[in-house]
Amino acid sequence: MMTTPVWQHRTSRANIVLWVGWLFLVALFVFCWQVMTKDTIWAFVADAPEQAADLGSRMFPPRWSYLDKLWVPLWDTMNIATLGTLLGVIIAVPIAFLAASNTTPSTLFVRPVALFIIVASRSINSLIWALLLVSIIGPGLLAGIVAIGLRSIGFVAKLLYEAIEETEKIQIEAVTATGASGAQILNYGIVPQILPAFYGISVFRWDINIRESTILGLVGAGGIGVQLQASLNTLAWPQVTMIFVVILGTVVISEWVSAKVRHAII
Amino acid sequence: MLSVNHLSKTYAAGDKALDDVTFTIPSGQVVGLIGPSGAGKSTLIRCINRLVEPTSGSIQLGDTTITGLSTSELRAVRRRIGMIFQEYALVERLTVMENVLSGRLGYVSFWRSFFRKFPAEDVQKAFALLARVGLTDHANKRADALSGGQRQRVGIARALEQDPQLLLIDEPTASLDPKTSRQVMRLLLEMCNERGLPAIINIHDVVLARQFTERIIGLQAGKIVFDGPPSELDESVLTRIYGEEDWKTLEHDSEAA
Repeated sequence: MMTTPVWQHRTSRANIVLWVGWLFLVALFVFCWQVMTKDTIWAFVADAPEQAADLGSRMFPPRWSYLDKLWVPLWDTMNIATLGTLLGVIIAVPIAFLAASNTTPSTLFVRPVALFIIVASRSINSLIWALLLVSIIGPGLLAGIVAIGLRSIGFVAKLLYEAIEETEKIQIEAVTATGASGAQILNYGIVPQILPAFYGISVFRWDINIRESTILGLVGAGGIGVQLQASLNTLAWPQVTMIFVVILGTVVISEWVSAKVRHAII
Repeated sequence: MLSVNHLSKTYAAGDKALDDVTFTIPSGQVVGLIGPSGAGKSTLIRCINRLVEPTSGSIQLGDTTITGLSTSELRAVRRRIGMIFQEYALVERLTVMENVLSGRLGYVSFWRSFFRKFPAEDVQKAFALLARVGLTDHANKRADALSGGQRQRVGIARALEQDPQLLLIDEPTASLDPKTSRQVMRLLLEMCNERGLPAIINIHDVVLARQFTERIIGLQAGKIVFDGPPSELDESVLTRIYGEEDWKTLEHDSEAA
């Protein structure tokens, strides 16, 4: 007589491995919880709702009259974000072409250098770039613009070189087959394919940069962050709230613009 | 005239795609290249304009030896060879006109092509070709707005915009329905005959190959196993090229077509 074959989703060995895996995760969670709470003073935590309510009452209502003094720093912030994005994009484009495996002149030497620049730019937060730049070129807008620019290089170049690598090879082959030069192949075969990605990435980064540039003033790199720091230092909580409202409004508008632009080019 | 002598191609992974391929195509002859998938048909035509670098052997177009040219000489010889692709290979986000004019890229400077300032006679020729393939009204549409048959006709116009001395055609009908396939094949044949243009057409469809070409080369595992007129393409030859199969139904199709 034939036995009916039994089907199991996992072998018993796979089942054991799975259970051990879960057990390990739970153990890790318990361990991390202990590390995390070792230095916690529980009296403060118990107090938290009252503290929050207290701070909230000081922050509210926002000081609307302070708005007059925020327009110029807000304009500075937008300039830092926009010019910084422009700077970043201009430097990122050639780096992306050097980093993409299908356009790089040398996979052995040039590509690793380009990839290193991308990683270096991405690994340092714009606030830290700003900190460094304020001590190098002094406080002000320029430090902020360069900081945003340097941070944007990695982001834009990485996404752009991925777009270049995803281009359809056959379209490029067809342009090559006509006897086109290298620059013409780039212009006719590759650029039309990556243009939507390029616009999308640039506007997306600009949108991120608006948010990042609002805090650069904390380290002296200009923009609305300077007012934020001044208000925090003098415990002028209604002004802090006002700044938050302005930042929120700006971010909402920039996200709306970015979404519109990206939608339009797809 | 094209002559291919002892051409071999071994890919880096060690696959031998072409093995000692030799043939000659006199001017004006349209050759159908048939064979199973992976027989090396695509590699063969890509070796001729060196989109794929041959491992050994030589290729001559007229007086020019294509194998062993420098980069700039290779560009000059590529201008003389038009290529048409299976998936049309149009630059999807450029207009029909830009795609056709890209056939002149080898002749114009970078800045001219960058600002799309092609010489007037190039533009005139492009309009004439678009009229010839029946797409005059579509000149300013983006290529991705066209249907498959229309796109392939843009591909044909682009190749002919080069004023080529040879056409390489890679599976021109593989993405098209039977009716459009026949229309495209007929158009290609007319174009070649009008210009006395020799062509190599890679084609899966044996019936189409028989109907439209005057000579058939059969490729099997990188080797030429048949070279003759379509009338000699009988059951035993098809078995030699593709392997054992009931080829009788195909005979009927062919007679009906």
